[in-house]
Amino acid sequence: MQTFGYVKPTGVDKAIGQSAGNFIAGGTTLVDLMKLSVEQPKTLVDINLLPLDKIEKLPNGGLRIGALVRNSDLAWNADVKKDYAVLSEALLSGASPQLRNMATTGGNLMQRTRCMYFREPSAGMPGGYACNKRTPGSGCAAMDGFNRIHAVLGTSEHCIATHPSDMCVAMAVLEATIHVQGPNGKRTIAFEDFHKLPGDTPNIENALEPGELITFVDLPKPVAGAKSTYLKLRDRASYEFALSSAAIVLRVEGGHIRYVRVALGGVATKPWRSHEAEKALLGKRADLETFRKAAEAAMAEAKPRKDNAFKVELAKRCITHALTLATA
Amino acid sequence: MAIGNLPNAADIIGTGVPRIDGSLKTSGTARYALDHDLPRLVHAVAVQSTIGHGRIRSLDATKAEKMPGVLLVLHHGNMSDAYRLVSEQSAGRTNEARPPFADDKIAYWGQFIAAVVAETLEQANAAADAIAITYDADDPDVEYDLSNFDGPRPSSWLRGDPDKALAEAPVVVDETYSTPVETHNPMEMHGTVADWDGENLTLYESSQGVVNHRNVMAAVLGIPRENVRVISRFIGSGFGGKLFPWPQSTIAAAASIKLQRPVKMSVDRRMMFSNVGHRPHTQQRIRLGANKDGKLTAIRHDFFSQTSINDDFVEHCGEQTPFLYSCPNLVVTTGMVRRNVGAPAPMRGPGAVPGLFALESAMDELAIKLNMDPVELRLMNDSERDEGTNKPFSSRHLKECYTTGAEKIGWKKRTPEVGSMRRDGKVIGWGVAGASWAAARVPCTASVELCQNGRVCVRCATQDIGTGTYTIFAQVAHAETGVPLDRIDVFLGDTGLPEGPTSGGSMVTSAILPAATDASKTAVKRMLQIAATTPGSPFHGAKAEHLELTAGLIRTTSQSPVQGVALEKGEFTPTRETMQGIPFAEILRIADLSGVSATGRTHPSFEDENARKYSLHSYGCHFAEVEWEPEMARLRVSRIFSVFDCGRIINTKAGTNQILGAAVMGVGMALFEQTHYEPQRGQPINGNFADYLVTTCADLPDLNVTFLDYPDLIVNEYGARGIGEIGMAGVAPAITSAVYHATGVRVRSLPIRIEDLLQSKVLSA
Repeated sequence: MQTFGYVKPTGVDKAIGQSAGNFIAGGTTLVDLMKLSVEQPKTLVDINLLPLDKIEKLPNGGLRIGALVRNSDLAWNADVKKDYAVLSEALLSGASPQLRNMATTGGNLMQRTRCMYFREPSAGMPGGYACNKRTPGSGCAAMDGFNRIHAVLGTSEHCIATHPSDMCVAMAVLEATIHVQGPNGKRTIAFEDFHKLPGDTPNIENALEPGELITFVDLPKPVAGAKSTYLKLRDRASYEFALSSAAIVLRVEGGHIRYVRVALGGVATKPWRSHEAEKALLGKRADLETFRKAAEAAMAEAKPRKDNAFKVELAKRCITHALTLATA
Repeated sequence: MAIGNLPNAADIIGTGVPRIDGSLKTSGTARYALDHDLPRLVHAVAVQSTIGHGRIRSLDATKAEKMPGVLLVLHHGNMSDAYRLVSEQSAGRTNEARPPFADDKIAYWGQFIAAVVAETLEQANAAADAIAITYDADDPDVEYDLSNFDGPRPSSWLRGDPDKALAEAPVVVDETYSTPVETHNPMEMHGTVADWDGENLTLYESSQGVVNHRNVMAAVLGIPRENVRVISRFIGSGFGGKLFPWPQSTIAAAASIKLQRPVKMSVDRRMMFSNVGHRPHTQQRIRLGANKDGKLTAIRHDFFSQTSINDDFVEHCGEQTPFLYSCPNLVVTTGMVRRNVGAPAPMRGPGAVPGLFALESAMDELAIKLNMDPVELRLMNDSERDEGTNKPFSSRHLKECYTTGAEKIGWKKRTPEVGSMRRDGKVIGWGVAGASWAAARVPCTASVELCQNGRVCVRCATQDIGTGTYTIFAQVAHAETGVPLDRIDVFLGDTGLPEGPTSGGSMVTSAILPAATDASKTAVKRMLQIAATTPGSPFHGAKAEHLELTAGLIRTTSQSPVQGVALEKGEFTPTRETMQGIPFAEILRIADLSGVSATGRTHPSFEDENARKYSLHSYGCHFAEVEWEPEMARLRVSRIFSVFDCGRIINTKAGTNQILGAAVMGVGMALFEQTHYEPQRGQPINGNFADYLVTTCADLPDLNVTFLDYPDLIVNEYGARGIGEIGMAGVAPAITSAVYHATGVRVRSLPIRIEDLLQSKVLSA
């Protein structure tokens, strides 16, 4: 770990003024990566005193979640449990109670990959593993290395690192809006535009400009009559990142699917909204055959590597079974 | 059970006495090795190799040496004088033969290549990062397949003609099974606090064997044994990884001697995966020949065991094979295959656990080929005699283990067809496998002292690695003196105490019982003698044999006058007071003695003519149930019934705990645990608790443990054998057999992965 400065401002404006620094909230990703020398901030800007820790109803029937709302508080919030159950389920399937008590909504949007090569202290450095996320142009050791946990969707020839978040998968189907504030003022970013595909710049992971701070996440009004589910598949029953997960929100009328949102976790380089699956489902009969076709459509473009080919079949089962559960 | 409700005296043996050290642990007051923050303490941090094979071309510590707080940088350029090699014959056993920093060679990723000592841990870490190293790197060999091997493959246990019998057998199973590297992950990691005072070295360690550790370190450092003291009062478990010293102990000791200051050196979780042992990878071909009725005619067990470049370590997978079943033709062959990995070490049930995964999996496959029940097959082939050594068993009730377990799970309701059993919308699979582990009585000395403050002190330089050894000693002292448990103090884990055994091989309980009993009986005898011969004692003039010590009180055993000594009438008349009893502490005060003590010894079974006539082993089996949800490829272990024949159980609570814990580790072995060596550099790439999966509470099946509790009086007077290791044997094959029953997928290469299960044709529940 490198020496770093530390400030703890009390207002959003003051925090944004510290643009040379890295924001720290729960620290569950950042501190871990600092210990591994993956993150080496000059200054930590502790934002825990900012007034961003509330969950409020919006006049349009939606919900505003402060960036500092802890995962556990969000998961157990009565409105979230009632109107956005998929989010509560996704949060509770992640990490451990201790981590969820620390981790924040904004921080989870910024969660970084568990790629074992990326997390090596010397990755991207001379003598270390190649890693384009750490040092653009250095290559990707995971491509032909041990890549069982790596992504099969949204990959590029430069990076196959999986986005690890559960919360974000639920946010994707809820079509959240992210509010940010920076040196140039406030703006909003649609959830689907927030995380970036690796392409040839895997070091750029999201749409934030330098100095911008996530302040709120807004959820739209809940979809009337919709059901939802979050299904997470992994090797063991708890405390593990997804090998494949699926978030579903759908409404069935007269046996046909009239509204549907599908997103996948554990298999893609970003929280993966599957428009392909949605297209295969919308207007169709809500039955196993339709679900299977949707799963095939979702994974049609999958590009497996040596150790992660099983994720294609696993994700198909995950989607199919999640749809079965959501329509049960 | 509250301590107050326990049965008294001798009846305490065989009951569930809670740990006497439990409150120290739950309150955080038990001091572990790294809790010893001595005055003037400094910190050592290791630098690890980032290549898996090659040489150090250059190591530049000039920048690090000038950094704040840095006191010393150790590396191969300045350390060759600090250590000596250790002769296993004369000194003891180490885990890594090559001394740290012996030369510029790199044999595995993560090898310690330098260490920085500084005033603070942060300073040491910063300076360690500042050491500039260049390498001449070669490709590390971490090839998973071990069969491309042309080294020696010695045979053992040959009987009959196994190849001929296999050729003639009407039914043959010929399959290869493999187990991966599994890393020991005790809660407490390795660490040393070394304190050199100019003449004497004290080492605070997390060691499963303080006496061996002292002997090895004395030899390594060239210091007389008398001047080295090793202290391990509490150990956050070891699972075999802490049996013998690792380099961090040597480095800390050498640094302390050089600096004349106490040095603390810890091994972090990441280093646990590269530097301090693992259960080695094995690859085992099993060939079974049988008649059509299921009688075994041949067993061939040919295995490869992976080891490091510098250490000869074999995982003896064939140890149980010669005697588990009756079979006229048998052979075991061994191949030790070197890879660029750290030194292996024994891990809970070494040899037996991977070996029985292979043998018992093959037995299940044979049962399926024969269309025979796997329990029936085992009962039919059970052995009356150890056919490997041609000795009778001291006590073997494996058949009863199977019949008891079958009863408990309701085996007769099992339908053998794949995927044929359902419950609550899930497919159910049942599997069974057997277990065995050697028993012995190893040498031990222990002392027991009756003290003037009314307490009893028990002393032995063995250690409690979390299994309950403190409590077992207290139970014996209570059984022999009647002094309540809360007035018994047990001192372990210190080489200043009488020499005791290493906590390994499930041998401690059977070793300490005779010594502790002997010491207690002698101390009591001496105490009674003092009561009878001390002027002013109310028992003065009695004969010691007419006195007894019960519940901490000395009393006369007779109510009428008895033959005495030294009195005019030659007679001693019991009084109300002597009949009711007088605390032994009162007699010690009258005699002006601080205490009376005695040392007891355990005579080892390998020097006992009678014990040597027998095959000494424990037995058991596990019945496992899995639940398979094919819709989402989810497999969970739902129930395990474990039935064990481990002699008499001295403490049912601690004993049950051992089998439960072993079953939990067995679930991890079956489903989760594997250290992955990165193909390019040979690094254990999943060396953390997010990526190396161990069983979590959420994965725990319903666990049910039964002990048959037949005393084995050949082993010791209590009839107790060890129970630490055996519980892990048989878990994985019981689970893989259950998985086959549920899914039709036979997993021969552990762990069972989702990748394997996706091949299942059982697609709906």
